[in-house]
Amino acid sequence: MILMKNRFYSPDNAGGSKIAGREKAAAGAGGLVPGSSGHAYQKKADPNKKRNTILTIIAVVAVICLMAFYQKNSSDHSYAISIIERSAVYVVAATAMNLVTGFTGLFSLGAAGFMAIGAYTTAVLTIPVATRPSVYYMNGIAPWLENLSLPMPVAMILGGLIAAGFAALIGIPVLRLKSDYLAIATLGFSEIIRTILAAPMMDRITNGSYGLNNIPGFSNLFSPLIIAAICVAVIMLLLHSSYGRAFKAVRDDEVAAEAMGINLFRTKELSFVISSFFMGISGGMLALFMRSIDTKTFQITMTYNILLIVVLGGIGSITGSIIGAFLINGGQEWLRFLDEPLTVGGVTIPLFRPGFRMVIYSILLMVVVLFWRRGIMGDKEFSWSRLLGLFHRKPAKGGDQ
Amino acid sequence: MSLATFVQQLLTGVSLGGAYALIAIGYTMVYGILRLINFAHGDLFMMSGYFMIFAIASMPWFIAVPVAIAGTVLLGIGIEKAAYRPLRRAPRMSVMISAIGVSYLLENLATYLFTAIPMAYPEIPGLKKILTFGPVTTSLVTILTPILTVVLTILLLQLINRTKIGMAMRAVSKDTEASRLMGIKVDSTISFTFFVGSLLAAVGALLYFTDRMTVYPFSGALPGLKCFVAAVLGGIGSIPGAVIGGFIIGISETFIVAFGYSTFSDAFTFMLLIIILLVRPTGLFGEAASDKV
Amino acid sequence: MAASENVLHVEHVTMQFGGVVAVNDLTLDVNKGEIVALIGPNGAGKTTAFNVITGVYQPTNGRVQFAGKTIIENHPKGKVKKNYMGDPALIYPGSIVKTPDKITQLGIARTFQNIRLFKAMTVFENVLIATHMRSKADVFSATFGVNHKEEMANRELAMELIDMVGLGDAADAMATSLPYGKQRRLEIARALATKPQLLLLDEPAAGMNPQETDELGEFIIKIKNDFDLTVFIIEHHMDLVMSISDRIYVLNFGKLIAQGSPAEIQKNQMVIDAYLGAGDTN
Repeated sequence: MILMKNRFYSPDNAGGSKIAGREKAAAGAGGLVPGSSGHAYQKKADPNKKRNTILTIIAVVAVICLMAFYQKNSSDHSYAISIIERSAVYVVAATAMNLVTGFTGLFSLGAAGFMAIGAYTTAVLTIPVATRPSVYYMNGIAPWLENLSLPMPVAMILGGLIAAGFAALIGIPVLRLKSDYLAIATLGFSEIIRTILAAPMMDRITNGSYGLNNIPGFSNLFSPLIIAAICVAVIMLLLHSSYGRAFKAVRDDEVAAEAMGINLFRTKELSFVISSFFMGISGGMLALFMRSIDTKTFQITMTYNILLIVVLGGIGSITGSIIGAFLINGGQEWLRFLDEPLTVGGVTIPLFRPGFRMVIYSILLMVVVLFWRRGIMGDKEFSWSRLLGLFHRKPAKGGDQ
Repeated sequence: MSLATFVQQLLTGVSLGGAYALIAIGYTMVYGILRLINFAHGDLFMMSGYFMIFAIASMPWFIAVPVAIAGTVLLGIGIEKAAYRPLRRAPRMSVMISAIGVSYLLENLATYLFTAIPMAYPEIPGLKKILTFGPVTTSLVTILTPILTVVLTILLLQLINRTKIGMAMRAVSKDTEASRLMGIKVDSTISFTFFVGSLLAAVGALLYFTDRMTVYPFSGALPGLKCFVAAVLGGIGSIPGAVIGGFIIGISETFIVAFGYSTFSDAFTFMLLIIILLVRPTGLFGEAASDKV
Repeated sequence: MAASENVLHVEHVTMQFGGVVAVNDLTLDVNKGEIVALIGPNGAGKTTAFNVITGVYQPTNGRVQFAGKTIIENHPKGKVKKNYMGDPALIYPGSIVKTPDKITQLGIARTFQNIRLFKAMTVFENVLIATHMRSKADVFSATFGVNHKEEMANRELAMELIDMVGLGDAADAMATSLPYGKQRRLEIARALATKPQLLLLDEPAAGMNPQETDELGEFIIKIKNDFDLTVFIIEHHMDLVMSISDRIYVLNFGKLIAQGSPAEIQKNQMVIDAYLGAGDTN
């Protein structure tokens, strides 16, 4: 029986290859591949690195200053603050969905269900003990829940973990389905989760159709932003690791990925579970933002909203999801004027009345889906070079740029 | 449960099942030909209800009914032309997202145009006539629905199996590119498929809403998904399968509600979906497909 | 030369799709250090045989052994049993099934007839992906960079393999932007990154001109020696096959019709008939 000798790679390789019994190893100065000169892998030096770092620092500092300004004058800017907080929630949700749909190629529509789990877990554990009886006045509260209270971050993480746990179970049957069936199956599970949360037997935990209120809010504007930043950072690190590459391989060509030794189910399950963890976190954030939730919040339309943010930002671009989240939340507010009657020169245009905003919004999204499938960022991340390139476009001459 | 109640519930279930069957056929046909889950189909059905409301308000019923049906058909074909055809060469996910977008748009449009308050569905003379068979009371529409469903299904199957256009539809379902090379007008065939699907959905809407009596913007969302489950249950791509699936789901749902578990009737349908996808993904009558490596 | 150990042993493998017998009772061996070719007219079942060996299909019947150990074994059951057209005396008892990723982990790597590169990735990333399987880091270590050393080593390996196939300059280009011949080379580099013992090449010279084909032949011999590989190759370019193979198996309509050295095969009438058609029989 041939032993599976590791011919090329020895962990203590200090530049010399240690391929057993090969005289050739002595000839090459070292390198894992025999006969090669063993140049260490170097990332190409980025000529713009310095400039980019400075620009990024300036941008980050500017944003922090702006947020600090809002925070200080919070009573004057509560509208802007609420938009920013809601955007932070959707940044996490959209990034999580992008992870599983854009980067791993799994068309999962289960987002609302996982957010619901996270939201309810967080809500139930953070409503101040003193006010609980008033919240649960109709159904009463489950005895073990009466005094159980956890700090916000812990509750949110627990929410994420429970959502991830459900995802792990759901993934086992569902992830081997083809993409269209996966979509419907995850949609189905999302509804099943919602039904369970709304079921009468759960009333003493979830308060049934009365929903949960009195959920504490974020103490300041920076909390949701920091949470969102951490979540996005972790997801980006994941995507840059070899597991992230495995996700993309599964997305690009399952057959080839398998042939390269990647276990399809485990890779898909990993992506699905991690994504659901962050969906749960975003659900918890939503509960803290809205301060009152019920199962109607987590209907399928919630999943569609997140999907459309991802599409707008660009499937396969994290920075796109961030931009999309802010754009959509801000845009939805900005479009509110469409719901008000509009009078031009004394004539009231009958089009403008409540509901018009959502119609225009839906039309804009259809336009993006049909004519601009790539979305804002396509599948690329933000880069200063590209942004500056937009401003410095030279007229096409016979030369280079 | 007494026999009379059982029969009563069975009739209701069969009637609901018939409406579901007509809508499920639309899903299965579109999936068969485009490999697309037409998320907007349920909302088309909802719009059909509204069309009827407004048609009857201004015309006598025997004109209003064809007008409403025609409106539904035009909307269905229009959706295909505007939202699905441009994405014919795009990856599957894009078309599905487009379907979701159309569904979203229709729901918001309905909310804007007709408000979220349920509107009363008009009564078409004769349909709600009460009939009594011993201890069992039912209305004409309840009896009519399954009969109409079966008749339409048989007609449709004749169309598919015995006519040229039916053959074209079958060919395009099997292999779009080869069909095009054989001179089949793929675009027209697909439009025709949507024509038939929308027509059946319009009839289904008529029967369903006459029974339900109100329409609101989200009337189509959940029934739509349930009908898709019915199509999967029967075997996606199979028309008889969709019909049987529709009846199974309609009857099960009615009995679950009758036994007092109405909160679970929706979840039941989805559980059924999951089970089918796991145990027998091709459904009761469907056929499997495979990739070449 | 001392008797080489057997690396791949395919025993009475039959692959039946409904009524179509794609591979019919195939038995063959590949020994350590050999370059063995599998040839035959189009549709003869060669790629199907590869797919069985690599776990993409489960054989209707038969057994595959790798380095002496049975890795795949199957027999007709259920609905298939009724339609089985093979010799009932040769039905295998066991049922050992492996998904393709497990087969690759055991040390068998492959390229694809229709080139299956990862389209949305660069040349470098394509090869780097293939190192993931042998990494020991779990997802947390990988995310937070704890496995930095391993990651760097993998990147070095990928880069060296890319240089070795002559694609060093194009490392950051998108895989699909490469010309056809280079894409094939990239696929080979990617397969090598999984550190295999047995390399299955499915028509690696397809679409190449004679000069490229010669270079490919030299390249295959080189990597075989440098990496201590055994190579099993499907090919239509007869000059390539004849020049580098130690032994050749010939398949026609799923059945093995001849085996032997290149010289023997060239003279074999059945092989000639199979390729050119049975001649004027009417």
